[in-house]
Amino acid sequence: MELILACAIGVLAASGVYLVLRPRTFQVIVGLSLLSYAVNLFILAMGRLRMDAAPIISHGPVNPADYTDPVPQALVLTAIVIGFAMTALFLVVLLAARGLSGSDHVDGVEK
Amino acid sequence: MDQMQHIAILPILVPFAAVIVNVIFGDHGKSTVRFNVLFSVVQLAVAVMLFLVLASHEASAMAVYPLGNWPVPFGIVLVADRLASVMVLVTAILALAALIFASARWNRNGSNFFPLFHALVMGLSGAFLTGDLFNLFVFFELLLAASYGLVLHGGGRNRVRSAMHYVVINLVASSLFLIGVALIYATTGTLNMADIARVIPRIAPQDRGLFDVGAAVLSVAFLIKAGAWPLHFWLPGTYSSASPPVAALFAIMTKVGFYALLRFWTLAFSYSAGPEFSLGQTMMFMAGVATVAYGSIGALASKALDRLATYVILVSAGTLLLAVSYNAPGVTAGALYYVVVATLAAGALFLLKDVIDQTLPSEAQILAVSLELYGDEDEEIDEDQEVSPTVPAAATLLSWCFAIIALVMAGLPPLSGFLAKFSMIGAALNAGETPSAAAWWFTGAIVVSGLFVLIAMVRNGINIFWTSLPDGAVRVRVLEVTPIVGLLVLCILMAVAAGPAMAYLGETAQFLHASDGYVLSVLGTGGAS
Repeated sequence: MELILACAIGVLAASGVYLVLRPRTFQVIVGLSLLSYAVNLFILAMGRLRMDAAPIISHGPVNPADYTDPVPQALVLTAIVIGFAMTALFLVVLLAARGLSGSDHVDGVEK
Repeated sequence: MDQMQHIAILPILVPFAAVIVNVIFGDHGKSTVRFNVLFSVVQLAVAVMLFLVLASHEASAMAVYPLGNWPVPFGIVLVADRLASVMVLVTAILALAALIFASARWNRNGSNFFPLFHALVMGLSGAFLTGDLFNLFVFFELLLAASYGLVLHGGGRNRVRSAMHYVVINLVASSLFLIGVALIYATTGTLNMADIARVIPRIAPQDRGLFDVGAAVLSVAFLIKAGAWPLHFWLPGTYSSASPPVAALFAIMTKVGFYALLRFWTLAFSYSAGPEFSLGQTMMFMAGVATVAYGSIGALASKALDRLATYVILVSAGTLLLAVSYNAPGVTAGALYYVVVATLAAGALFLLKDVIDQTLPSEAQILAVSLELYGDEDEEIDEDQEVSPTVPAAATLLSWCFAIIALVMAGLPPLSGFLAKFSMIGAALNAGETPSAAAWWFTGAIVVSGLFVLIAMVRNGINIFWTSLPDGAVRVRVLEVTPIVGLLVLCILMAVAAGPAMAYLGETAQFLHASDGYVLSVLGTGGAS
């Protein structure tokens, strides 16, 4: 499972970096999204990978070893929300740039 | 200290209230302007109060505010120590000046100027006050989101293009920030900065490398914000195309990177400074020298005043980076003095540039530099015209402001820029028995960059002010000149009151570098340790 997750993060991050370095704004925004997915999975992995363990502690006598770390899950949730908002904002800027310059090149002119 | 801890959250709540009021009531012309200025004045009053409360106690006094009263390492905590209070105060001063300036005409150039402006102030204050690493990320995103909107304020092809680059760079930087935070959480098991400092010596040796990688990635994210070479290429385009009051407030944005680096490095590596620490120091030092060099050459090469201002910002960012990498209390004290003075002067320069643009069209300024290169063909015709013996009062005022900014930025006596650089150099040279090679590099970088900035400023000043003025009286708006004069008066006051200010910031720096006090105060209040 560690191997699968590590591969997934690696592939997502590599594709993201490649696309961010492309000259078209659409490729850049897809790249940024992939990059943020990779980062989100990475944060989750940093809380140790556990199968079949709940992050929420219920009442009664509790053995912490039965539960997974809830903090990274909270962090991922925040990061997803912020990343989503920023992607939406970038989409608006992208469309404005496309409308003003008539080109979807990141510099506004074809090279 | 128990009663005063609540004051730590006020600098965040006041701009937050301003954002809400603006969103609910919308824009109604003059009355909106008035209550927005009022909010900014209240913010300044709160910042002054925080500053005075902390100044009236000993240097180790801090206002620690656990949000929701959760026990400290688990909940988010706001920490107002002297460093944070000084930064919040500078932010509030700069924000008030920029807001008054903007209310003369810039706020009407686009929609939602005021809510975004207050949101940026809120993000800045929050970033300075928070004691939690992930909360720092949230406040960074908040101030960045507001800054994206503000960069776009006014619209136009140039602004949209540079805003797009700015957004992409900062989104990538945010990803790096998150990776760094995640790695640090994985190895220390906490996000509270004081708790991280406490836990670091107990990290298992096999995890230590992972922590160092996390710290390095996080520092790269901070360096992007601080505008360090080679991560600064977004900066000149963004700052010079942003509308002037926004650019003036952005003068403190690079200082957020400086603040975060200073806070994180003094905390994280105070207990265990291993070889990786000195490696990081060396890298930062080299980046600082490169930033100063790039900024100085850029300042010499820039034809227009707005480009010049952005490169001056780069020079000051590089100088601060050098000071952080030096990691000596004396140098840090000088750097804190410098950060106050340089921020105020850079803000004033961006505002002044706009006033000059109104009295003298920017094409004429660029033309003046081009004429220098290609020869002035109109020279003989000019002799026929009668030269007016007097200079209009408004032009005199503007040229005086320009001269003061040039003196502060270049670091010439008798103004505060000189005192700041002098104290940094003095502390660096006196740090060891004999001055190290790094101290000489440090001195050289600061002195040479001062010379370059001076040459660039003087050349621009000559082209702008020693020229035949356009026909008719030179008119400037009182609303636009007052903030500039106010900022510069503060710069001069900093020079007049250099003794007490330096002593205060010296104590602050001492406290910062002996981070036991910080860690104990933060963790002590929560009960858990």
